[in-house]
Amino acid sequence: MTSFLDRIRAAAPIASRYGGSKFRKPTDALVADLEAALSPGQVRADGAQRALLSHDASLFDGGVAGPVCFPTTGEEVQAVVTVALRHNRAIVPRGAGTGLAGGAIPFGAPVVISLTRMNRILEVDVENRVAWVEPGVVNLDLTKHLKRIGFHFAPDPSSQQVCTIGGNVATNSGGPHCLAYGVTDAHVLAVEIVLASGEKAMLGSIGPQDEGLDLRGAFIGSEGTLGVATKVAVRLTKNPPAVKTLLLSFASVRAAANTVSAVIAAGIVPAAMEVMDQRITIAVENFVKAGYPVDAAAVLLAEVEGLADGVKIEAEQISAIGTQNGATEVRLAQSEAERELLWKGRKTAFGAVAQIKPDYYLHDTVVPRSALADVLEEIYKIADRHQLIVMNVFHAGDGNLHPLLLFDRRIEGELDRVHAAGAEIVEASLAAGGVLSGEHGIGIEKQDYMDRLFTSDDLDHQNRLRNAFDPSCRTNPGKVLPMAHSCADIQALRSVPAGVWG
Amino acid sequence: MTTTPTTSTLKVTDPVLLEFAAEVGASGKVAVVGAQTRWDVGGQPAKGVRQLGAPAGVVEYKPEEMTVKVRAGTSVSDLDAELAAAGQRCALPNRGGTVGGAVAVGEDHLGVLGRGPVRDSVLQVRYVSADGVTVTGGGPVVKNVSGFNLPKLMVGSLGVLGCLSEFVLRTNPVPGVSRWLQFADADPFAVFDLAHRPGAVLWNGTSTWVLLEGYLPDVEAQNTLLIKQWAGVEVEAPPPLPQHRWAMPPAALSTVGPLPTGEFVASVGVGRLWGQRPAPPTAQDPVVVELSRRLKTNFDPTGRLNPGRTP
Repeated sequence: MTSFLDRIRAAAPIASRYGGSKFRKPTDALVADLEAALSPGQVRADGAQRALLSHDASLFDGGVAGPVCFPTTGEEVQAVVTVALRHNRAIVPRGAGTGLAGGAIPFGAPVVISLTRMNRILEVDVENRVAWVEPGVVNLDLTKHLKRIGFHFAPDPSSQQVCTIGGNVATNSGGPHCLAYGVTDAHVLAVEIVLASGEKAMLGSIGPQDEGLDLRGAFIGSEGTLGVATKVAVRLTKNPPAVKTLLLSFASVRAAANTVSAVIAAGIVPAAMEVMDQRITIAVENFVKAGYPVDAAAVLLAEVEGLADGVKIEAEQISAIGTQNGATEVRLAQSEAERELLWKGRKTAFGAVAQIKPDYYLHDTVVPRSALADVLEEIYKIADRHQLIVMNVFHAGDGNLHPLLLFDRRIEGELDRVHAAGAEIVEASLAAGGVLSGEHGIGIEKQDYMDRLFTSDDLDHQNRLRNAFDPSCRTNPGKVLPMAHSCADIQALRSVPAGVWG
Repeated sequence: MTTTPTTSTLKVTDPVLLEFAAEVGASGKVAVVGAQTRWDVGGQPAKGVRQLGAPAGVVEYKPEEMTVKVRAGTSVSDLDAELAAAGQRCALPNRGGTVGGAVAVGEDHLGVLGRGPVRDSVLQVRYVSADGVTVTGGGPVVKNVSGFNLPKLMVGSLGVLGCLSEFVLRTNPVPGVSRWLQFADADPFAVFDLAHRPGAVLWNGTSTWVLLEGYLPDVEAQNTLLIKQWAGVEVEAPPPLPQHRWAMPPAALSTVGPLPTGEFVASVGVGRLWGQRPAPPTAQDPVVVELSRRLKTNFDPTGRLNPGRTP
């Protein structure tokens, strides 16, 4: 199978090269028009900036950014899109670039629209339980802003200190607390977007959402391929009056996974249920000193919230179910400080692995909860076969696996083994009745797996949805759908004059 | 493990769904008929169109996964009964109709604040396309961002993009206690603020109803808290709802100008109002109208699916 990147390189008439110094600074009519539409300071075409924004947080290279624009208003986004349309150039919106599936990587020197300067919280409307924000607002900044009035924004991806609301909308982000609260699409009521045609539309409304075609729902999670979000109405969630966090230790990963299934089967939906295996627990404990039990094969972090009595009842039930399933220790966080420390450990887990290997590849698949233990066992075997260290830290309550494959890119052949193991992990998840991604998205990472989950007709219908929003296929072309199924993306990637932007 | 599924295993093989697809076929105008409880939403169905019923039956129910696979022609009552036997429920309202009808109309349950919206509860959808082919969108697990969100597009579509045949729906545990309280003279907005995540707060201009759900001691505590503030009594059921649906921002309910008391029931915190007269027409964003039109054209180029209806 030729890789998607190889096909992109073959399709686009520009030499795909990586490295800041290799990017030139072209002066052409496109740049001049963009500078006229914005201000010269808001358009960057220099090699350093283009090299920087040719990447996201994934390992994929081969992206080539065109001019990079930093609009500050929706009108400026419209102006940029209109100039790109006039020059028949593709557009790629991006937020903080924390995506792990390559969704924001630009191909074919498109106009890159960085929304990081659109970072204002426009209005907090408590009466309607909604906040209007610009797409560049950082997830955690919004939640901190809402804290003083007793509310928060529920989706809490591990990257929440840097990732933006616009990026959350693009990938339909999740996070540990999405078990009870739902992912981003349950918390975004309306999105103002700019289409590739330059037209502006308001999708959804802050009123009841149960009439008409749900264009808002179709837009969320479309990975920047349907248009550019310029304003987002997010739902405010009231902070719970009571919270309890439990840490359960187990002698096997299977016992932890079984506990998760048993809790759900008992009719309890905790706010979060996260599992960490022993390797990641040791790494995290070295790093945050949260008192995690480093001798346990797996730990389950469970959080319940709501009114005081129900929280007490559920904490007791989870404790009992854990014990029935062989928990060797059940610990209840005794203070808010202890609770925060436990969560800090969970949320900084990915950073902690740098102690062991310089690089990691973070996977993301979902399986039925009842298959968690079997698939995890298979993942350990796959890593062993490829002589790789794997660590598991995941949203167990949702069946959302996040195996971390550790490697050192300086060691020849190690990254190839990581990719081979990754492919087997995806296959194992699909074979168990799972799906390709729970929260990272498809981007370019999993495009070539899409036909393992969907038939040709299914993909054709997904493309019809895409095509209705962007018949020209100029919005973030070459993403999500395999090339054979995506409208005219190849043409959009070929529209750049050879030699100028390579 | 890692047996490679061949492309054919992705194809829908359920003979009941295949038979329905054959009935829909690839030509001629068709309308899918449920129980016709919302038969006039989005316009009258065109006359003289071939009418079909969708297949029925709960295909697979996994309480421990909190998912149920159910065919569109199943009655919501039958689904509810099966879920209730395992202590669970779903987001669909039971107005005497079918599961497919409820998804096609997309109307939320009266207790949407507790149950969640219908559009968030459809994890996977199967429908027969205008070409007569069964298409699958979404996936059978509770969390999924693999590709474009066809399930979202089908909720509220009135069947004009495809003939809905089967869904995987999210289910949830039934709370230990559900209790309706009625207050003769309370401020419904203050009730909404004071109660912790109520299942519903309704208001008809004078009386306020609140649905408290959860563990018994929590419900008792909430009950006491509210009754301390306003005189209220426990009642069996919420008030009957007038026929016509109005939509507005939740805060705008406090100024429901033209409707006299007794002619409406409003859902506080949601912005839904049921009125005895139809809602005044609202201006639509022309770009949104055009996007909806293009979706219709892309999914059903000849306009053969459920003609006469516009979501």
